[in-house]
Amino acid sequence: MAFALTQEREQQVQEILTRYPDSRAALLPVLWLCQKQHGWISPEVITFVAERLNLSTATIKGVVTFYTMFFEEPVAPNVVWVCRTLSCDLRGAKCIQEHLERRFRCRPGETSEDGKFTLLKAECLAACGQAPMVQINERYFENLDTATLDKIIDEHANNTPRSAHEG
Amino acid sequence: MSDSEPPKPPSAVPPAGSISGSSKPPARPTSTPGAGSVLPRGTVPPSGTVPPSGTVPPSGTVPPSGTIPPRNTIPPSPDGTLLTSRYRLEQSWTLPVAERAGAYRVARRALTVVKPENIKEEVKKAQIRGRGGAGFPAGVKWGFLNPQKGQQVYLVVNADESEPGTFKDRTIMESDPHRLIEGILIACYAIGAHVAYIYVRGELAFSIDRLDAALAEARAKGYVGKRPFGTLHSIEIYTHSGAGAYICGEETGLLNSLEGRRGEPRLKPPFPAIKGVFGMPTIVNNVETIAAVPDIVAMGGEAWASLSRLEKDGGVRLYGISGHVKKPGVYEAPVGITMRELIEDFGGGMLHDDRPLKAVVPGGSSTPVLRPDWKVDAPNADHPLHEWHGKSEIDVPMGVDTYRALGTMLGTCCATVMDSSVNMVDACRNLMRFYKHESCGQCTPCREGTGWLVDVLENICAGRGQESDVDLLVDIANNMTGNTICAFADGTAMPLHGLVRKFRDEFLEAARTGLPDERSLDDSTRKQVVAA
Ligand SMILES: Cc1cc2nc3c(=O)[nH]c(=O)nc-3n(C[C@H](O)[C@H](O)[C@H](O)COP(=O)(O)O)c2cc1C
Ligand code: SF4
Ligand code: FES
Repeated sequence: MAFALTQEREQQVQEILTRYPDSRAALLPVLWLCQKQHGWISPEVITFVAERLNLSTATIKGVVTFYTMFFEEPVAPNVVWVCRTLSCDLRGAKCIQEHLERRFRCRPGETSEDGKFTLLKAECLAACGQAPMVQINERYFENLDTATLDKIIDEHANNTPRSAHEG
Repeated sequence: MSDSEPPKPPSAVPPAGSISGSSKPPARPTSTPGAGSVLPRGTVPPSGTVPPSGTVPPSGTVPPSGTIPPRNTIPPSPDGTLLTSRYRLEQSWTLPVAERAGAYRVARRALTVVKPENIKEEVKKAQIRGRGGAGFPAGVKWGFLNPQKGQQVYLVVNADESEPGTFKDRTIMESDPHRLIEGILIACYAIGAHVAYIYVRGELAFSIDRLDAALAEARAKGYVGKRPFGTLHSIEIYTHSGAGAYICGEETGLLNSLEGRRGEPRLKPPFPAIKGVFGMPTIVNNVETIAAVPDIVAMGGEAWASLSRLEKDGGVRLYGISGHVKKPGVYEAPVGITMRELIEDFGGGMLHDDRPLKAVVPGGSSTPVLRPDWKVDAPNADHPLHEWHGKSEIDVPMGVDTYRALGTMLGTCCATVMDSSVNMVDACRNLMRFYKHESCGQCTPCREGTGWLVDVLENICAGRGQESDVDLLVDIANNMTGNTICAFADGTAMPLHGLVRKFRDEFLEAARTGLPDERSLDDSTRKQVVAA
């Protein structure tokens, strides 16, 4: 199924293109818009972006694979990133990860049994003073303990797939 | 997204207001303006709850008169802070609040009545060392620009903030985005740029939202756009989101990423000031560097420089502290406080009274570790650290040059504190995993070296090591330095060297016996995190 941006997002693309002397610079912003709408960077998205910005699909794949935040496979409606770098580990990030693994019954890189959460490990997210922390979708949750985390996860459990409520 | 519920209140008590003055007087008598200010937690939703109560600074420490020129007065903040003076105002990120507290006054004057040369001169006199990690004097960097006819000059603000342990720039973008925008306006005018990009790491969606909202306000007022403050020097400012890659903090990796490429660093020279983004002369500066420009211009470079306790390293700066302290956070203080002051006076001391300080990574993961029980060895009177000969490493003032003389680096000035429960081999493995994950892979010594370091460390920890592995680590690190396109490989090797040198016995022991206790990193905090 071919992919296309909504009319509103297409207008955003046009505004974004005015910001740079070279349209290629719009690549990351446009990929972001696509991922917001579609949930991940599918082959159809790549084809669309290639045509829209007049770049080869190989170029775009090369860029997409470089950055950890572009998903090359579909993900659950909620993506949970657990920071595991030093400052967070010193404040118990390992406990946070283990707790989520038990609750989701999955390992980092996988999706929970109920299909609602994808669990990922992250490198330092610039919240070291508020460790331990997780990022869920676009938001940070800081100074965590497992009880608070459980509440936060409960509140996210009913999120619908991104594509459904974003598109 | 429907995840709009308010964040949980911080489980730790938010750091209380200014720490009432450091116990030691400044080495050089100055106004000691920033005796520590505190940040709201980053997760406050845009609609904006107020920073937690209890963070109101004690009244009192107003800067002595005379530091701020009577012309163009910025109202002094109650606690004498500069960079963080507006952080705790209600709705501090909105234009009316920021403007009532002084925002844009300096830019208005600078753009309308001051010559660009004079601004550049003040920035030089301020002796501000880049806040992004390398500590290069910003005034000197600006002086490298020499645009040829027909060339556009660009300003690129580095808001990638991804050096492990570093979380300071975010506070400016979240709590006082207008300070950054004002700094950008003045900097663009001074260097002759008409377009600035703020490259923000992709994870900091909240910072981007705050900046975009602030930019919209500033555009509506006409401060940003075709005719800022009625002048003819047009200035456009755009945020640009990264997408997850530490190496995009390296300035040339950043420029490639901004151009829509893989964020792989470029061979230097040419330096960005000659050939930067879109092939044009470009100044890349850290968020905090640019955010300091309004104060520098308001006070005059010399007055601002003299706030520091050190020579050739001027002003005040943001200090971060995380790990095993009671009050982790970001604090403003003069350049040149000591690590001991940062830990005890600002960080509130060690988290557990029965677990003393074992080691501290002073300024982001790439900076070699300090040990409180190691003494400065500078018997020679012309050694730059002679004054501190025989004292603990953590009693040396935190400055770009002092720390270099100490064999480490000031880096981003955000410290990671480790208590006696931490095994340094485990800490080392944690950091080396980071570097392995983040190497961009262009240079063989870096791509392979980071992988080997992790393999050897994993072997040691699993009990499959031997004592010679410790020297093998050093060997691998030696082969990485000086052989690569960017400073990432050195930034990996330096902390490895530091850890092995200062904790050699611990590495040797781990090589003999392995690391039986997987919990060595969070041993002292596990109870606080896991609900009973
Ligand atoms: C591997 C690596 C990562 C870096 N990451 C950052 C970063 O996240 N933020 C930053 O401001 N500078 C970072 N830097 C430093 C930049 O290359 C550059 O020196 C800095 O942005 C210049 O600004 P300043 O002079 O104002 O500090 C990094 C450098 C290296 C080698
Ligand atoms: S040193 Fe490492 S990070 Fe830097 S360009 Fe080479 S491979 Fe990439
Ligand atoms: S180490 Fe987790 S946010 Fe920095």
